[in-house]
Amino acid sequence: MATIQVTEGNEQHPDVALVASAVAGDVHAFEALIRKYDRQIFRIAQHITQNREDAEDVMQDAFLKAYEKLDQFQGNSKFYTWLVRIAVNESLMRLRKRRTGKMVSIDEDIETDEGSVPRDLADWSPNPEQNYSQTELAKILRKTIQGLPPGFRVVFVLRDVDGLSTEETAEMLGLSVPAVKSRLLRARLQLRERLSRYFRSKKGGVE
Amino acid sequence: MLDELIDGTVSAETRTRLEEHLGGCAHCVVTLNTTRKTIEVYRSNELYALPKGVRDRLHAAIVARCKNGC
Ligand SMILES: [Zn+2]
Repeated sequence: MATIQVTEGNEQHPDVALVASAVAGDVHAFEALIRKYDRQIFRIAQHITQNREDAEDVMQDAFLKAYEKLDQFQGNSKFYTWLVRIAVNESLMRLRKRRTGKMVSIDEDIETDEGSVPRDLADWSPNPEQNYSQTELAKILRKTIQGLPPGFRVVFVLRDVDGLSTEETAEMLGLSVPAVKSRLLRARLQLRERLSRYFRSKKGGVE
Repeated sequence: MLDELIDGTVSAETRTRLEEHLGGCAHCVVTLNTTRKTIEVYRSNELYALPKGVRDRLHAAIVARCKNGC
């Protein structure tokens, strides 16, 4: 699995220069930041809100907010970390609006029995995804991850899909490092168990 | 522990110990492989591609603000 290479020492993160130019009035520098991150921001927003319209608005609002507050942005935090924080907050706001009365937050810790004990452990066929068309597969994957609590979904996406570190993910979500770790483990476990329905080999599993 | 192996955060010593264990434990091998596959399949499939036009809309909004201020 890929690990994130943290640039330290004299090497400056390329975003630092882009942010500086944008603050100085270079709109193209900010557009470069948009092109760099808009896909990820949209994906995160869609995973939290589970609504395309909301996700589009979140992406729009997150970048606009970032643009307006760019001069307040503290260089000690990475631009992308800051941007994701804005997008996560916007996403949660919209999710709350749609589910009035229901508590929605990233730090709500849901105790589920599911996945705590791996039951029915079946091996998967060598390339299980090949039994499905691209469209079918995407549908299965969406349906599967949508069944997880929002706080689990977003941790899984940031850590395992985007490949960010536990520490970065914690900072983005305002969670502790142990909380991120525990959510990630449970998210992986639940996804794996749910995907087994589709991916298990016909031969049956290991006892 | 298996998750640390997946994340590559185990010490060399623990890794050796785990790999020894995996040699004789089908249960852990299946857990490891299916967990890795779960991550891989989510990594390699874009579930929510950026819809067409969203980027243009954002571009227009940014330029409009820029004209007013920068
Ligand atoms: Zn074992």
